[in-house]
Amino acid sequence: MLDDFLVRAALAGLGVAVAVAPLGCFVVWRRMAYFGDATSHAALLGVALALAFDLPIFGGVLVIALAMALLLTLLTGKGVSGDSILGVLAHAALAFGLVAVSFLPGVRVDLMGYLVGDILAVSKPDLAVIWAGALAVLGLVAARWSALLSATLSPDMARAAGVDPQKEQFILTLALAITVAVAIKVVGALLIAALLIIPAAAARPLSRAPETMAAAAMIIGAASALGGLLVSFALDTPTGPTIVCIAAVIFALTRVVQAGRA
Amino acid sequence: MTALLETSDLTLAYHGRTVLSDVNLTLAPGEIVTIVGPNGSGKSSLIRALIGALSPAKGHVTRKPGLRIGYVPQSLAIDPSLPMTVARFLNLPRRIGSAQVAETLRQAGVPDLARHQMTALSGGQFQRVLLARALLGDPDILILDEATQGLDQPGTAQFYQQIETVKRQKGCAVLMVSHDLHVVMAASDRVLCLNGHVCCEGTPEIVASAPAYRALFGTGTQGALALYRHQHTHSHGPECDHTHEAAE
Repeated sequence: MLDDFLVRAALAGLGVAVAVAPLGCFVVWRRMAYFGDATSHAALLGVALALAFDLPIFGGVLVIALAMALLLTLLTGKGVSGDSILGVLAHAALAFGLVAVSFLPGVRVDLMGYLVGDILAVSKPDLAVIWAGALAVLGLVAARWSALLSATLSPDMARAAGVDPQKEQFILTLALAITVAVAIKVVGALLIAALLIIPAAAARPLSRAPETMAAAAMIIGAASALGGLLVSFALDTPTGPTIVCIAAVIFALTRVVQAGRA
Repeated sequence: MTALLETSDLTLAYHGRTVLSDVNLTLAPGEIVTIVGPNGSGKSSLIRALIGALSPAKGHVTRKPGLRIGYVPQSLAIDPSLPMTVARFLNLPRRIGSAQVAETLRQAGVPDLARHQMTALSGGQFQRVLLARALLGDPDILILDEATQGLDQPGTAQFYQQIETVKRQKGCAVLMVSHDLHVVMAASDRVLCLNGHVCCEGTPEIVASAPAYRALFGTGTQGALALYRHQHTHSHGPECDHTHEAAE
């Protein structure tokens, strides 16, 4: 069954979309959309690094994404305007990544594949890495769910209740870096943040509690991954962007439903 | 009787700038202590140090081993993207049963709110839900940081009545920061007046008549109005033996 490239693509897309949906909820709740953008744009620099030193792509991206996320946490925590710092770093990371890749010898670097993903080319080892990473992200967020929610609501109140908000922030940062590393193959560096944010935002009007929002985001993520794969196959469009398009359409639909109820 | 909380020569700083120096504060079980002071006098910093959210630049905060703190923040901005019912909110970070949710909401004076969305509550309801959350786990001390900000006068008065009721029923100590001097002072055992350091402290009567306090807040019921016209050049009475350099 895994010999069929469509099956591997479907499993890769499902794994990533479902596993990162709860993390995506935190990205939305904590207003970290640009944080996610900056971190995922840094992935390209990780790709260049990995290719230059002949390291696994997953490892290179993970290290650079984690370094970027930690740098962002450090800078935005120091009273510098978060918005402009994020803007500078998000675009600088992308630009440096593009330039770095151009230095690599040979024509073996498929830049488009890293920018918008190459889900149809997922191999069996890729699939193993993607699922391991996806399960790690899901596990991290599930294990720390209550503490993460408390820290999100109010760092001081969490502290008074015995939760360390800085530790929870680091756990989110780590989960985000793993997400970037496994999702680059599926939707590419440019659209990873979309995969985090859009299903969560689409789930919001359907939810009255954080847990239902996470569950709804997982379902919407799964529907987007499978729907995107089918549509891209039928219309011969790039798969990663098509997945994000389907998620965006679902987002628009749930907002319309919400507006209709109000 | 051992102290619940004790600070010794506590000095606090943000980004290298000292906001509060040499605070020696002891809180006994069952006491009501109010902290007053103008904006930027270090009130909230002191509270954050007491709950452990801010590390001292100098000095120590000593908590009684196993001390249970119930903390009511100044305000809490819940992002509209986060759906949260009152009951779910009270179940964070530890799960409690629905019976305990109902009980703590009753104690806080808002028994029927469990299924409401947090973002749909009025200001007064919201603060009472925060109070209900602080009461979970049977705290030894309730710490309130300007918990009535944004409430109107009747709402403020009702909120403090609720605090007194809770205190009578539970016997916990109460430490509160307040702008509403005339409302709060009467109920307090002790008042601590801050302005970068402890200006004066004692029973409400002693503090209200202390020159340092009068210099800060004026006299009589107009005291609260003088809050924002605080003079940095005020002089201290004979009972205050410290200088002002540390605060500036």
